[in-house]
Amino acid sequence: MEDVKEIQRRLHPPMVEGDHTFATATDRISDITLKRKTPFGWFIGFGIGFILLQIMMITVTYLVFTGIGIWGTNQPVGWAFPIINFVWWIGIGHAGTLISAILLLLNQKWRTSINRFAEAMTLFAVACAGVYPLLHTGRPWLAYWMFPYPNTMGMWPQFRSPLIWDVFAVSTYATVSLLFWYVGLIPDLATLRDRAKNKYFRIAYGLLSMGWRGSARHWHRYEIAYLLLAGLSTPLVLSVHSIVSLDFSVSQLPGWHATIFPPYFVAGAIFAGFAMVLILCIPLRVWYNLKDFITDTHLIYMGKVMLATGLIVCYGYVMEAFFGWYSAGEFEVFMIKNRIWNGPYWWFYWLLILCNGVSIQFLWFKRFRESAFWLFIISLVVSVGMWLERFVIIVTSLHRDFLPSSWAMYAPTIWDWSMFFGTLGLFVTLIFLFVRFLPVISIFEVRTLLPEANVHGHQEDFEENVLESQRGIKS
Amino acid sequence: MAQIFHHAANNVAKISIVVAILLGGVAFFVYSQVARSSYLTGRYAEKQQPVQFSHKHHTGDDGIDCRYCHTSVETSYSAGIPPTETCMNCHSQIWADSPYLEPVRASYRENKPIEWERVHDLPEYAYFNHSIHVAKGVGCSTCHGQIDTMPAVFQVETLQMEWCLSCHREPEKYIRPKSEIYNMQWDGNDLSADERNQLKADYKIRQKEVLTSCSTCHR
Repeated sequence: MEDVKEIQRRLHPPMVEGDHTFATATDRISDITLKRKTPFGWFIGFGIGFILLQIMMITVTYLVFTGIGIWGTNQPVGWAFPIINFVWWIGIGHAGTLISAILLLLNQKWRTSINRFAEAMTLFAVACAGVYPLLHTGRPWLAYWMFPYPNTMGMWPQFRSPLIWDVFAVSTYATVSLLFWYVGLIPDLATLRDRAKNKYFRIAYGLLSMGWRGSARHWHRYEIAYLLLAGLSTPLVLSVHSIVSLDFSVSQLPGWHATIFPPYFVAGAIFAGFAMVLILCIPLRVWYNLKDFITDTHLIYMGKVMLATGLIVCYGYVMEAFFGWYSAGEFEVFMIKNRIWNGPYWWFYWLLILCNGVSIQFLWFKRFRESAFWLFIISLVVSVGMWLERFVIIVTSLHRDFLPSSWAMYAPTIWDWSMFFGTLGLFVTLIFLFVRFLPVISIFEVRTLLPEANVHGHQEDFEENVLESQRGIKS
Repeated sequence: MAQIFHHAANNVAKISIVVAILLGGVAFFVYSQVARSSYLTGRYAEKQQPVQFSHKHHTGDDGIDCRYCHTSVETSYSAGIPPTETCMNCHSQIWADSPYLEPVRASYRENKPIEWERVHDLPEYAYFNHSIHVAKGVGCSTCHGQIDTMPAVFQVETLQMEWCLSCHREPEKYIRPKSEIYNMQWDGNDLSADERNQLKADYKIRQKEVLTSCSTCHR
């Protein structure tokens, strides 16, 4: 019989380890917010994030009072740190949407225990991303001019510009992601409401759970709403970063004007996003003792997704170089040479190849895929690599374009860095608040994975089938 | 355990959705009206000047041509504010002792221009040129209204960009024959559509893509 269990494990790795029942699973997850004393480490992590957030606040204040001249952004590199960081953050968000929407529609059970915080990560990453274009306008209080409304200027935004598509893509993305995350939270918020002892927590969770009573009608409507939202989110996984890539590729600039950009950017986004999910969930499952729910299998799957998307990104790098050469255009060829070996930023390119191209090759090996430590390290390296990718695409294309007389070097100022680390602080702060006040794992969805949920019990059938096939192989 | 919320809470929640949508619609409508209101644009607000000068009297009653004072309207970006000497051409002879005109005489004696209050104030980032508008058949009253009926001049249009564009998009609706430019009583309905298009062709007014290009006004 042990044999059969082993085979079953290999064919269908369980998504929840340990002998959990509905009650123990619910306890384990909801206790993080309700019962357990806030661990000291939480205060340290939150504190670091909060301090960085204050640095961002100082930067933003100084920026608004002074103007964007405090950044290193200037001609010819008019799109520097703000868009590098914008694209980096937006990309990170994509894994959350992929996990929550596409994997749901594809019936991938392993999404269940990671979707909640992956979606939260999406929202927080989009918030960090949104800060940049908003402030880069220089007058953020007039940012509503970007939206089409009957203004006194008698003008619509320029609908032929990808920058305005960006406004729609990102705002739609933020809205749908928020709705998806929130709708998914409602049944769990009701669970917390029912279990909370503190009066104020009960009121807060009660308001947020919108009168959820878990009736059959509630569940029926919930399932329809959730599926519809998944359907809405699915095209967004592809559209948002495609449109972000069009910001570049619609222009005529060598290094930007390439047809590979949309798929290349989308793959990069998912790649970076899964790296960030791994960076978040590996410590989380250790600190909060959640290894039963975020199992090694989850990590292995995510490692595989990273390898696949990383290879697509590498294909993108090859194609970029190929397009440059194959175009036989003087400026395209120059751009490739300037980017890869002839220009002052050549070592950024090779660092990028090292981070995104070489590091992921380790994921071919089981030893690395199955080691949380190595996955964590590779994910960190990939996050740096994806940031470098945007730096290379933006700076090396802009700093030397058609006219040598307009060439210049770009270097970020201290305020560029404080802004970047500031948004990291915003992200970390929000993540820590989320972990403390909301269920990090979808409680009711995890319950559907438990043996207790499987009322018909196909275990005997399965064992029979396995034994049957074993006999077949032997004879 | 007592219930947290009153049993009416569900209904309150449902009603609040409708109320929120209605409030949003109302807020949007209010915004769109306030943004164009005379409170923000200064439209219809009479400006008090250092001299009680009446355009109604000089233009309407006396029939002085606009260009007698605003001399550069056909040749320059600015219509021109007359120097005190222009006033004194007449007022050294008539009403020469009027106490109302003391500021004018003082200005003349001390050789110090009168500090008129600007009524039509365009933002600096918008380039405007009177001469091209006059040359292409835009009459004074099209933008300034019937100055000959205003004791104290006020702005009759919003001067907002949508107002500029309404003409730049369809100039044929607002132009008139050269002879009628300074006619304060001109009625736009006097011309047929064909006549307007003919005028537009005669004036060689360029197509709206040129007239509404950003750099036509924001240089």
